[in-house]
Amino acid sequence: MQDTTNFLFVGVGGQGILTASDIAAGVGLEGGYQAKKSEVHGFSQRGGVVESHVRWGEDVGSPTAEKGTVDFLIAVEVMESARWIDWLRPGGVVLINRQRIAPMTVTAGDAVYPSDEEILEAVKARTEDVSWVEGLAIARELGDARMTNTVMLGALSTRLEVEPEIWLRVIEGRVPPRYVEMNRRAFEEGRRAVS
Amino acid sequence: MKKTDSCSTRQRLLSGNEAIALGAWEAGVRYAAAYPGTPSTEILPALAGYAGVRAEWASNEKVALDAAIGASFAGGRALAAMKHVGVNVASDSLMSLSYTGVGAGLVLVSADDPGAFSSQNEQDNRHYARFGKFPCLEPSDSQEAKDYTAFGFDLSERFDTPVMVRSTTRLSHSKTPVLVSMPDAGREPESLAPFERKPQKYVMIPAYARMRHPEVEARMEALADYAETCPLNRIEWGDKRVGIITDGMAYHYAREVFKGFSFLKLGMVHPLPEQMIREFAAQVDELVVVEELDPFIEGQVRAWGLDVVGKDVFPRTGELTLTRVRMGAMAAGLPVEEAPREPASLATLEIPQRPPALCPGCPHRSVYFNLRKLKLLVSGDIGCYAIGVLPPFEEMDMLVSMGASIGMAHGAKQAGCPDDIVATIGDSTFFHTGLPELANTIYNGGNTCTMILDNRTTAMTGGQNHPGTGVTLQGEITRQIDIEAVVRAMGVEDLWVVDAMDVEGVERAIREAVAVEGRPSVVLVEGECVFVPGFERRPVAVVDEEVCNGCGFCFRVGCPAILKSDEVDERSERPKAEIDPLLCTGCTVCLQVCPRGAIYETESEEA
Repeated sequence: MQDTTNFLFVGVGGQGILTASDIAAGVGLEGGYQAKKSEVHGFSQRGGVVESHVRWGEDVGSPTAEKGTVDFLIAVEVMESARWIDWLRPGGVVLINRQRIAPMTVTAGDAVYPSDEEILEAVKARTEDVSWVEGLAIARELGDARMTNTVMLGALSTRLEVEPEIWLRVIEGRVPPRYVEMNRRAFEEGRRAVS
Repeated sequence: MKKTDSCSTRQRLLSGNEAIALGAWEAGVRYAAAYPGTPSTEILPALAGYAGVRAEWASNEKVALDAAIGASFAGGRALAAMKHVGVNVASDSLMSLSYTGVGAGLVLVSADDPGAFSSQNEQDNRHYARFGKFPCLEPSDSQEAKDYTAFGFDLSERFDTPVMVRSTTRLSHSKTPVLVSMPDAGREPESLAPFERKPQKYVMIPAYARMRHPEVEARMEALADYAETCPLNRIEWGDKRVGIITDGMAYHYAREVFKGFSFLKLGMVHPLPEQMIREFAAQVDELVVVEELDPFIEGQVRAWGLDVVGKDVFPRTGELTLTRVRMGAMAAGLPVEEAPREPASLATLEIPQRPPALCPGCPHRSVYFNLRKLKLLVSGDIGCYAIGVLPPFEEMDMLVSMGASIGMAHGAKQAGCPDDIVATIGDSTFFHTGLPELANTIYNGGNTCTMILDNRTTAMTGGQNHPGTGVTLQGEITRQIDIEAVVRAMGVEDLWVVDAMDVEGVERAIREAVAVEGRPSVVLVEGECVFVPGFERRPVAVVDEEVCNGCGFCFRVGCPAILKSDEVDERSERPKAEIDPLLCTGCTVCLQVCPRGAIYETESEEA
């Protein structure tokens, strides 16, 4: 069980985190691993933080990783990367989609959204391996902001041994036929964005 | 009851809830009912998709169980699903169902919520199995969720007992691989035989109940014997320095933390296999029980005189995690690996919280805005509107359980509370338990105002239909029960029906309803939830930065679409308002409360 690969997808309700993590778990299974994924939804998700764990391995026990053991932290919202950084293992990989969603505490003026520098400093206390991904910008260029997660998955795929074809197959199995081509392009753009 | 032939078998990732539905279907369930409640909600919609099953939303959990009991007595396998606190509602029937036993197999799914992610408490429903004297099965992943549910129907019939399958939020909402074999054709259920009349078994008058009680005790003895060989209980031998007894999701945390040691994994947690546990205990140096919430297993093991490490080191409150199990093991001096690494401290950076908020366009907004303005005492209920207790409204004074808003308001007033008090309750909750509560207030000559917030759906659990929506779980169009007509028929003459988006209208109705003396009043607030299919967005609102003076009044409606602009008013030195056009649904509530008329509606245009 020490050989698990642990992913943590974080963001805000409505960003499609659960679908992205579903796909990552499906890729693990298709790639020959045992895979588990876990999230909590309900009351806490009305505009709140969303977290979803994915684990791949020969024999996965808990569907959630232990704090300090996450290999890949995929933050689909900027500030959430810092909120969850304690979960990363030292030296782990962080991918941050450059999209800021201000919470009510900030829009109401009771709190301040940290600057990129502050967030980066917090994240770098844990790892040097941090990549910013222009996920939202790329998705908008492709014509649909909802492609952001596919861009992020493309970026993530470059750091794993599973063949890109398997990722694409799982993604295509999850989206309506008319979005297949756009998702394919979003995935490829995501791969390019971090190479 | 025969299993369907498989045409293809493969591994699929299923949530615990989807797996429970599949297991029930594979076991030939004919009837299933539930009231939506996180984390159990997704079980019934999954079942509704299978051929040959009648799946229904019930108006509450007791009704769901009652219908399942009827189906079982009539000879059809039946399932009722609910969240942990829903079992409290159903428990009146459940305790006597234990006496009657079943006709065809009956499985009650209880989805508990350790961590109270979406609930008012963290109660441990394994206690119901001991209290009510029936078996409780506890799967630890989706494969087991499917298998145990199917197994539960056989067990139910074999021992003439209801069977509880206990899930938790973590199990219900995790996806893990399940071997799935789907048939290529639908299943046509065979018609049931005529009802077999057994009044001494099914009619619980005192004389017959007294006759059934010894049967219950005998059944529990038989089940205790059976537990020793039940295939759901298994020993995994490893290093015998430590032996861990565990159940449910805790098993997975334990087997990662106590790598290589010996395990007794209990799939049936009531009744417990005494001999199996004694023999396991005798072969290990140190006995440990790892279980979530209460010391349910531990208490029994201790009662048998065995010494264990348990809740002295593992928490009784909250969800277990790998870290919490590891910390407990380390505190007890057990030979486990240390935590991976002390997490780096990020105390220097304060990360703003993301508290839940009413969605842009939510019809509850005008209600809580006005209740706060009028400084009324508010008795709340279960639903999205519980957000009314949080800033900026902070306008809820009590909330205990489904339907309780009306009764609590009544009692406070009858006891002599001098404040004006308003009960707020949603449409689905009104059908759930609000009806008898309102009847009580009317009957006893209460003097409270009940606000029924009708958003046309069960919103908090994701938008399920209910008796007021006119659509069933399986998509049939059905009679839509008219709340206004019901309230009038109950004898309420002081009734206001208002549009949720009319802020002044809502205020006026509340003022007038609260002013009614000596009899109950009702305000029915109508406005669709933004997640109801077909909800139409209206043209977005825009702030005229020339007119806005940063008074901040619009921020008091607590709308996520209203932002503090970078522009600051020169005189007040306060930030002006700005509206996010992507989030705004055009509900106009902010526009109505703006004292300067600085917010206006845009013309409808193609985006």
